[in-house]
Amino acid sequence: MFQGWIQIALTLLIVVAITPFLGGYMARVYLGERTLLDPVLNPVERILFKLSGVQTRENMTGWQYIKAVLYSNLVMALLLTFILFSQGWLPFNPTALSEPTWDTVLHTVISFITNTDQQHYSGETTYGYFAQFAGLGYMLFVSAATGLAVGIAFIRGLTGRPLGNFYVDLTQSITRILLPIGIIGTILFIAGGVPETLTGPAIVPTLENPAISQAIARGPVAHFEILKQIGENGGGFFAVNSAHPFENPSPFTNLIQTVGMVMIPSSFIYTYGVIANNRKQAWLVYGMVLTISIVFIIFNGISEYNGNPAVNALLGGQVPNLEGKEVRFGWAQSALFSVITTGTMTGAVNSFHDSFMPTGGFVMMSNMFLQIIWGGQGTGTAYLFAYLILAVFVTGLMVGRTPEFLGRKIEKREVVLAGFLILLVHPIAILIPGAIAMSLPSAPDGVTAQGFYNGITNPSFHGLTQVLYEYASAAANNGSGFGGLLTSQPAPSALWWNLSASFSLLAGRYVPIVALLLLADSMSRKQPVPMTSGTLRTDTGLFTGITAGVILIMGALTFFPVLALGPIAEAFQIAKGIG
Amino acid sequence: MSFTREASRAVRSTLVLWVLTAIIYPLAMIAFGQIVFPFQANGSIIKNAQGQDVGSALIGQPFTSDRYFNSRPSTTSYSTADPKKDDAGVLKTGVSGASNLAPSNPALLDRMKGKSDPDPTKAIEGDIPRLQKAGVKQPTADLVYTSGSSLDPHITPEGAAAQLDRVAKARGLQPNQLEPLISQNTDGRFLGIFGEPGVNVLKLNLALDALKPAS
Repeated sequence: MFQGWIQIALTLLIVVAITPFLGGYMARVYLGERTLLDPVLNPVERILFKLSGVQTRENMTGWQYIKAVLYSNLVMALLLTFILFSQGWLPFNPTALSEPTWDTVLHTVISFITNTDQQHYSGETTYGYFAQFAGLGYMLFVSAATGLAVGIAFIRGLTGRPLGNFYVDLTQSITRILLPIGIIGTILFIAGGVPETLTGPAIVPTLENPAISQAIARGPVAHFEILKQIGENGGGFFAVNSAHPFENPSPFTNLIQTVGMVMIPSSFIYTYGVIANNRKQAWLVYGMVLTISIVFIIFNGISEYNGNPAVNALLGGQVPNLEGKEVRFGWAQSALFSVITTGTMTGAVNSFHDSFMPTGGFVMMSNMFLQIIWGGQGTGTAYLFAYLILAVFVTGLMVGRTPEFLGRKIEKREVVLAGFLILLVHPIAILIPGAIAMSLPSAPDGVTAQGFYNGITNPSFHGLTQVLYEYASAAANNGSGFGGLLTSQPAPSALWWNLSASFSLLAGRYVPIVALLLLADSMSRKQPVPMTSGTLRTDTGLFTGITAGVILIMGALTFFPVLALGPIAEAFQIAKGIG
Repeated sequence: MSFTREASRAVRSTLVLWVLTAIIYPLAMIAFGQIVFPFQANGSIIKNAQGQDVGSALIGQPFTSDRYFNSRPSTTSYSTADPKKDDAGVLKTGVSGASNLAPSNPALLDRMKGKSDPDPTKAIEGDIPRLQKAGVKQPTADLVYTSGSSLDPHITPEGAAAQLDRVAKARGLQPNQLEPLISQNTDGRFLGIFGEPGVNVLKLNLALDALKPAS
């Protein structure tokens, strides 16, 4: 057990060590300061901006920035729709896959443009190589870059700067952050055994019985895989995502994947510290998020290590819960990965969340309810500061001072935006469709027709958890799933899940983005108030502690009832004995 | 700004970035992989002495007989099928998938301990009785829990050790002749720290065949 905790601690240590370097670098990029890659990238970007007609010096207002986000994302989504529908006659489709059903395409497009990458399909059997690298692979870049652009515009607004230009931020997030890390990561992944080929599956006779053949799916995986991780996308090339030995062949690649998915969102908090010129506050909130994350990892790790009591009784000894886990990762790397992937809104999985002990389901869903245990690409840090603004407001009320954040007054408009549009849209997008799904019947045996069915596959309390997890994952733009839920065609319940999840995906992405940008815009226009001895300081340990309280109370009050009916009830059921 | 200018900028940016990230980047990386690491880039396919492909060094294969070290139970039988009866099209694309059984699901326990049923098509043999009948007295966790990918190439060193006597007996070998094969085919932790050690079952069984061909 000790060995497992050492691996976890060292992995987290690497993440913290990277933070000031990557965070400082990102700050330089977004502030337009000189960086190491300038000699190569300046001419490249000049060409890109010229071709796309972008005026780099033009600053956008809040609404202009919002319009640019929405227009560009719409055009990108249309391009992806076209590619997915046309895959039957597009090149590089060695397994001759034809166009998927319309609802699968709709859900895939919305899921990938929102940086969620929830997958209601199996990669091997649904999308050909071209659809994967030129369609879905494109979304891995632009959806992550959209998140980073929104995040940086929010930070600029909060610190009283103009918001910047969306197209410049979008392009530079790709050329200066995602692409360089992507190229290095691809090389490491290929060296580590991840395939990168256009050849179709290999068919070999099996060693034990040559009359039986094995099909070894492969493809251009490595370059896709690294972007899937660092862009917090999480959409796997294959059905089983990072559990597949070709996506994640070894503990070496797993280490890159784990660090890769948390590296940018954690460093982004430091980027805020540099831009706001308040590194102390950045480290304080960083410490708060890290602490919550470590508590979740410890809970999850202990319960996976202790294993399933019913199985332990059969095997006559205590063994870790290895259902849905790979030998090379074991309980420790699986438990760590599952907490990081749900906290960072990556949604990649190296082990199957549906088969985790109830404690696992509890912490993973808590991660997605809170959305700030690192949080989404760019947007996670923005949500974190929306919580900080609410905490300022609450403490201001308690002590009777005018709430101010970074020398700017927090007024009704800011509280409405932060409280309602950013934080309350989330439970609406989860609980309402969740309640409807629970009222749907399960498809009777032998039914092949599409209809509104719930698709639950595990009995009792765990079935409720499957449903809630699916919507929490969609609304938080995470994308992982309790994989047992029948969400993929040709299951009769696929139509319901494709349509209802699409609603949660869109509501969970674009409503908060609009609100964040409006909030940033209104903050940037306020007259700064001079700091006096009466000002409530927000860069203290006490204030950070209160913020943690506000975050946990908001999360707990909103979602605790459903957690009690799902994973907590299941834990009692297992303690009592199954069957 | 007018609608047309706004729309034109969105369309042009979309296409420019598409060419950069979805065409130039992947094709450059594929070319790099094929030139610099052709073995890994094509799926680490291993060949036998006759030069025929026998599998991938990274992907497991089904092994259930006494003559071989058994691999973990798999929901897709390691993406295999009979080429003559492949109605599900497994061999067309290759597949992967997990059981997704909840820890509270009685089906998980039935799969492990077996279930008798008057209808023979509904009865389940159970992995623990199967392994015990085959002479593995104490099955390890990895041998009864299904993997996440259904393609796990590894079993734990303890899982291999538990099968040592049985395989040695079936092959007419001494257990101490097989012990070095297990350690030679064990993939250790990265830097001795990260991950868990695993015995590559396909490579181990290939080495076993090379030592003494199955009769």
